[in-house]
Amino acid sequence: MAHGDASTSDRHRLTLRSHHSPALATTVTIECTLSDLDRQRLQSVLCDPLLESGSWDTPIGPLQLDIGLIPGVTDTAAEQVIHAASLLGIHVSDAAVGRLIDLDRALDDREIRSHYTNAVIERWATGINVEPGYALRETTVSPTELVDLALDDDALGRLSSQRGLALDLAELHVIRDHFSAANRLPTDAELETLAQTWSEHCAHKSFRADIVLPNGSVLEPLLDQLRRSTNEIDASFVVSAFDGNAGIVQFTPARTYALKCETHNHPSAIEPFGGANTGVGGVIRDILGAAHQPIACTDILCFGPADTTDDQLPDGVLSPTRIIEGVVAGIADYGNKIGLPTVAGSVLFDPAYVSNPLVFAGCIGVAPSPRPALTGPHPGDRVILLGGRTGRDGIRGATFSSMEMDATTGDVAGASVQIGDPITEKLVSDLLADAWHLYTAITDCGAGGLSSAIGELGDGVGADVELNLVPLKYAGLAPWEIWLSEAQERMVVAVDPHQLAELAALAHRHGVELSDLGSFTGDSQLVVRHNGTPIVDLPTTFLHKGRPRRRLQATLPQPQRAESVPQCDDLAGALLALLAHPNISSKAAVIRRFDHEVLGSTVIRPLTGACNDGPADGVVLAGPSDPDGIAIGIGVNPWFGLSDPEHMAWAVVDEAIRNVVVAGGDPAAIALMDNFSWGNPTRATTFGDLVVAVRGCCDAARAYGAPFVSGKDSLNNEYLAADGKRHAIPPTLVITAVAPVADAGAVITPDLKGVGNSLVLLGTTRSEFGGSHLSMVIGDQQSRAVPAPQAASPALYKALHRCIVDGLVVSAHDCSEGGVAVAVAEMAIAGRLGASISPSTIHHDIVAALFSESTGRIVCEVEPRNVAQFVEAINVASDTNLAVVIGSVATDHNVHFGSQLNLTVAQLVHAFNRTTA
Amino acid sequence: MTIAISRPRALVVRAPGTNRDSDAVFALEQAGADAHVVLLSEILETPSLLHNAQMLLLPGGFSFADALGAGRLFALELSTRLTAELAAFVAAGKPVIGICNGFQALIRTGLLPGPNLKAALGPNDHGRFTCEWVQLQPVSQRCIWTADLDADIHCPIAHGEGRFVCDDTTLASLRSNDQIALRYSSPNPNGSVADIAGICDTTGLVLGLMPHPEDHIVQRQHPQFIRGHRGGIGLGLFQAGVRHASQL
Repeated sequence: MAHGDASTSDRHRLTLRSHHSPALATTVTIECTLSDLDRQRLQSVLCDPLLESGSWDTPIGPLQLDIGLIPGVTDTAAEQVIHAASLLGIHVSDAAVGRLIDLDRALDDREIRSHYTNAVIERWATGINVEPGYALRETTVSPTELVDLALDDDALGRLSSQRGLALDLAELHVIRDHFSAANRLPTDAELETLAQTWSEHCAHKSFRADIVLPNGSVLEPLLDQLRRSTNEIDASFVVSAFDGNAGIVQFTPARTYALKCETHNHPSAIEPFGGANTGVGGVIRDILGAAHQPIACTDILCFGPADTTDDQLPDGVLSPTRIIEGVVAGIADYGNKIGLPTVAGSVLFDPAYVSNPLVFAGCIGVAPSPRPALTGPHPGDRVILLGGRTGRDGIRGATFSSMEMDATTGDVAGASVQIGDPITEKLVSDLLADAWHLYTAITDCGAGGLSSAIGELGDGVGADVELNLVPLKYAGLAPWEIWLSEAQERMVVAVDPHQLAELAALAHRHGVELSDLGSFTGDSQLVVRHNGTPIVDLPTTFLHKGRPRRRLQATLPQPQRAESVPQCDDLAGALLALLAHPNISSKAAVIRRFDHEVLGSTVIRPLTGACNDGPADGVVLAGPSDPDGIAIGIGVNPWFGLSDPEHMAWAVVDEAIRNVVVAGGDPAAIALMDNFSWGNPTRATTFGDLVVAVRGCCDAARAYGAPFVSGKDSLNNEYLAADGKRHAIPPTLVITAVAPVADAGAVITPDLKGVGNSLVLLGTTRSEFGGSHLSMVIGDQQSRAVPAPQAASPALYKALHRCIVDGLVVSAHDCSEGGVAVAVAEMAIAGRLGASISPSTIHHDIVAALFSESTGRIVCEVEPRNVAQFVEAINVASDTNLAVVIGSVATDHNVHFGSQLNLTVAQLVHAFNRTTA
Repeated sequence: MTIAISRPRALVVRAPGTNRDSDAVFALEQAGADAHVVLLSEILETPSLLHNAQMLLLPGGFSFADALGAGRLFALELSTRLTAELAAFVAAGKPVIGICNGFQALIRTGLLPGPNLKAALGPNDHGRFTCEWVQLQPVSQRCIWTADLDADIHCPIAHGEGRFVCDDTTLASLRSNDQIALRYSSPNPNGSVADIAGICDTTGLVLGLMPHPEDHIVQRQHPQFIRGHRGGIGLGLFQAGVRHASQL
């Protein structure tokens, strides 16, 4: 008989071996009583004889590596095993899914770690079975502790680092004083709540800090500078900026868009799949938390070079190839499974990202308009938790991501890594699409878990919740762990008690778990109970406004800005080297892993042209029955940031804007998002770089009339290696631009379209090679000028947009890494057509003409009959001669730059695709 | 008695993890159907929902996260509780289509390729999920969805487990019964046997295919639309199903 109770159950293990890759098997371990017939039935579900073989309880061989998840790590496959068994009438009390690898030879632990396993989420053994994770769970609940803060400064500092609080002394003093005034000791849960809420990740302390210059003068905090630039631009399409979970814009009366881009750098460094996976899940929840339905994802990834050798890796750092594979798989897994197209993005490589890879995950959502505003939470509203169950995953993620990493980070931060469950989030998303009228306020559980979600919603109004009502994945969580857990796929909504029954019925229909944790009170006090006893009792004003403002010293950089040109004799060799450079060459191997077609709304894809292999600038999305849509563009260039962060910031804002304009986006209505990934802000030079980068952002935003609506910073991207060497990232600013496209059927792409068409360069070319890719490929070490802002660009883009709308332009491509030469080569590759260019029309110095990376430049393809009208339209509108005919689409399949450079399109294609001719 | 129905009612089943249901609804509506999303849990609770429908579509996605192999749990849910109703649906002459994850599920239920035949959809031969555009040649005259199609369909694939495999007996039988509905006429993207992209059952009513014709319904969705490409839309396939259903 199939049904046994847990006390008489026993353990069975099915090994599934694919016919296709037999060296790597999947193991399914289950806890139940199982008859032979049950085994056959279960195997018939888990194993398809055409694809794989299955065997039960096979003894493990001496050269077999058995890998399982550590206790507490989410095991979604195991949950489905239990579900499948229950459909067959078999009661499985617990399950674990693992991997079994046949080794060629015995490996030591270091080799196993380097090739097969990740200690952050996995346990393993060779020649013996690892115990399934569920059998090793802690089931005893540790009680709430009181923490004595009556300590000297040294001891307070030690307390902060031992508990991973990431609080500085000034903050610890304020907390100590608060509790001593209240005449009691804080609980562990209160201390953790304050640490999460006041973390760099949640509170953006450095962006809110007073900026102190070496001469003693004080500048306005960075966040205030960004907000002020948005307020001054005063764009009519901005509905909400720097408020709540996402920026909200409205380009047309019928709908609003929510925009958000997040970083998930630290988690992706130690567990690339889970880190990137939950980065995507988290930013999608931000959009849900802004009461919009997600429609697309973006991703910008910065990795160490794929050819980094093991001996170049600092201790405790995963190899770039494993990070790349894990991150790409993690993004694909979440985006593909939840059913959102992953569209715009970039992939950058630099040795400085070896120990600090960066993962920027963005999401865009849509909501019909008008819709009543969310006015809650109101006193009396219920505190409702929707979605996944809570486990010991992702404890202290906000503080973890706010600290510098070192070789022990992977060992101690295991509990900081979450594993995503996109299916649960999809169900929550489906529910919220139907339930928008049933809540008065909404936010997601991100960093800090319930503590920040309920803490933020309760700001000003107060809340009283009972942790016993939080559904758990398994027993054994301490109260503070329930409160702090960053288990994924959870949303908190405020619900009028009269509407709760309707929401509960809807949640049941969609298969979403709903829990009523308590109420918003109106007394401005955050009270959290466990079995009725308060474990947190904090005034919300202290929680949200009690943090002392930081003062950070800033030393501003003094960049070299004189124009100069490096020596380059082999122009053809340089162009081929640029096209094959990892930062410029085809990203098809990554892009094709992401579903960019789901929802049927992708009009311009990340790969475009005659063979679908040319790089697009911006992407365009439009619902299949909508006439209009939006364009999305990305700007990023850390190499400019190394020597001139202010000009870098302008350049990447300009690049993001150019990308949407060349795709047909309207430059009169561009919304921007910023993401700063930076080093340690307490170092005055690092913070000084950040200060001038923000200045560059604000200046560019004003110049283009393009307001920032949302932003996110990730600081402390540094790694302290065991040898004491510090590895910091280059200043990395990602700008995302979004603009409306009035007629999605009349957009243009960069691929060359017709032989005989003219090629017109817009913008001014200067000798600007600071941080250029030419300098990289020829090994030029000189300090040179980073491309400077071009005052004429805003008027130029508006003129270009009118010409695109008027049908005067058949292709357009922005000039970025590698300058005009790479831009023209990419247009030729995408269109599989040649081009003939006269370099002297661009710049008197041929190296500058070909490879300078001056901002504000766009190559346009124009039919001969429209050239005069196009050139005049641009030059009149921009008030200078910014449009110059530089050549034409060639009749042969060659790309010529005068007589000095001549390559076949096939050579360019091979270099770009890194294939051999 | 046969009553002509102007807009046949089509049900699109959304399992947990299904994600191309709205794409499918758009395609069916454009083809003239009255399309509705029904949750898997609802149709399992109330199988009679099928009685009022003339068409059934199992859309793409990752039902139950495909955690135990693509479509396996979706299929198990259907065959545990809905086997008789699905058989009756087909016996009544009503068309059924499974796309991508829906195809994977139909294969696992045994509705495709049919009794005594053995086929599966395994991991792509290159081992990765891939999203790219392909070209499909309609082959089967038996299949009501493809018999009237006279031009290739251009549409995307987006799958990691789309490699069609079957034993020799099944392949011979698929060929002799005209059950190979669609073949890849562009390079085979996943290592499928005989370039098979879609198959039907012996009645010709049940079609399963890996690619997504529902994502090429309007011309603007084609990647080379900007270069002047026109044609190859997937609408005709859905219109064929709707035409058949409207004559029930």
